[in-house]
Amino acid sequence: MAVTRRSWTGWRFAGPFLAVFALVYVAPIAYSFYLSLFRTRLIGGTTFVGFDNYVQAVGDPQFWSAFGRVALFLAVQVPIMLFLALLAALAIDSGRLYGTGFFRISVFLPYAVPAAVAALMWGFMYGAQFGLVGDLNDAFGLSLPDPLSAELVLLSIGNIVTWEFVGYNMLILYSALRVVNPSLYEAAQIDGAGQLRIVWAIKLPALRGALLVATIFSIIGSFHLFNEPAILRNLAPNAITTYFTPNLYAYWLSFAGQRFDYSAAIAIVMGVITMVVAYAVQLRGMRRGALS
Amino acid sequence: MTSKPLVIRHARHVRHARRHPVRRRSATLTALTGIMLVYSLLPLAWLLVNATKTQEGLLGSNGLWFAGEFALFDNVAATLTYDGGIFTRWLLNTVLYVVLGAGGATLLATVAGYGLAKFDFPGKKAVFAVVIGAVAVPGTALAVPTFLMFSRMGLTDTPWAIIVPSLVSPFGLYLMWTYAAGAVPDEILESARVDGSREFHTFVRIGLPLLAPGIVTVLLFTVVATWNNYFLPLIMLKDPDWYPLTLGLAGWNAQAVTAGGDVIFNLVITGSLLTIIPLIAAFLLLQRYWQSGLAAGSVKG
Repeated sequence: MAVTRRSWTGWRFAGPFLAVFALVYVAPIAYSFYLSLFRTRLIGGTTFVGFDNYVQAVGDPQFWSAFGRVALFLAVQVPIMLFLALLAALAIDSGRLYGTGFFRISVFLPYAVPAAVAALMWGFMYGAQFGLVGDLNDAFGLSLPDPLSAELVLLSIGNIVTWEFVGYNMLILYSALRVVNPSLYEAAQIDGAGQLRIVWAIKLPALRGALLVATIFSIIGSFHLFNEPAILRNLAPNAITTYFTPNLYAYWLSFAGQRFDYSAAIAIVMGVITMVVAYAVQLRGMRRGALS
Repeated sequence: MTSKPLVIRHARHVRHARRHPVRRRSATLTALTGIMLVYSLLPLAWLLVNATKTQEGLLGSNGLWFAGEFALFDNVAATLTYDGGIFTRWLLNTVLYVVLGAGGATLLATVAGYGLAKFDFPGKKAVFAVVIGAVAVPGTALAVPTFLMFSRMGLTDTPWAIIVPSLVSPFGLYLMWTYAAGAVPDEILESARVDGSREFHTFVRIGLPLLAPGIVTVLLFTVVATWNNYFLPLIMLKDPDWYPLTLGLAGWNAQAVTAGGDVIFNLVITGSLLTIIPLIAAFLLLQRYWQSGLAAGSVKG
């Protein structure tokens, strides 16, 4: 009797969240899958085409070009960002910094800046007109390459994203370090372990879970890159194509091309890839955890 | 009853206040991290310096130092009055989306997180799997189908198109769930049940005060997500009267490349500064709360 009463109570608490969740997560995904099975033509109207849109996506060079770009972004930007975040977290936790509190909050602050504003701001700074690059060229008689050129724009976006999120990841890692019992460090020191040994043998293993979470969120963020390239496109319309990232491509297909059905298929393919990669990383991370 | 939860909260969430025995501080390490500090703060300093310049001053002066005249207040006034004061309208829209969207998201996540952490019910495992899966599906992937659905329902180009999708934060739920599991001891709930306290009453009287740092954390992160939202409004809104700040500023910036558009980079820069000040202030003022909430949330992650 008591058990049934409690089970209903649990649903009463979770119910409102789940109802809105069904409306704004489950329903759009289902609707988008439904749409992706049709195709609208000027002549002949909308017809059921099964998985044709998916077949088209798999053979679409523009989609794969977009995917390759975010995969490269993931392979380069995420490790650099997480490595910097890790160094910063270890530095704060070492207790050997002057002004630790100031450092911690300052590096975190860019997280509070909207991605749209960060892209505008960095876009200005990258610009040769009144940006820092122009100033450096004038001051030192340099001719630095244009950060918004086709070759460098991905790197420039990587810099914006790193700037936005390195402090956030630092805090996640630092929080995980705070839970380590300090008596472990004392014991290690009595055993003659140096600082590097303590980092290697105690701190890094303690960070495994938090690093995994940070990695997964960064994978998701990379695969769904949109705001920064979308805003920088105003400044660099030739360097940033309509299929620069999968999300930009899906957006462009929907709102400039009116190809909602194909765009839905692209979004679903990208969602599935994201989930598979995130899940694989999670499994791998957990298995390593079990081994050590 | 009022003092007891406080004691428990401190015991469980203030961890190891004294991390290390007194250790010599290192000037070398401080200098190294100083590079990162400069990297983080320089763009913000650039924004502040350049918000003091006129449109001509922007073009004719070094980006890292002030131009001849100090035009910050003129720029602020011009930003607030340009185009019939539309910036103020965008600010109020953003506040509306944040209060209803982020406030609602925090409320739903808190109640549901508590329910999932403290009650056993059939289907709970399925709920967990679905919500964790949803964390991997970010808002941007959902925006296009949500737009199509909402346009069928006649909700596009209305504030609801922004508020309703903002009400759900799977990450907020996850954070509240792990936080509630650690911060609300079962024994206290059991004793309240024996006292005959109704479940919802128990939640409000006992659960909420214990969850306060977690709630502040989730609130801050949902506020950031809503305040910073760009993709969803970009898709949902055509009418500039409903724009949030991010979309409005991007529009002002795009004017420069539009034929016959008014070039107002000084207003874009000043507007950007005005957009980020409230969030930075909130993070600075509420540091004590969200840092402990974040710590608790990351423990189980």
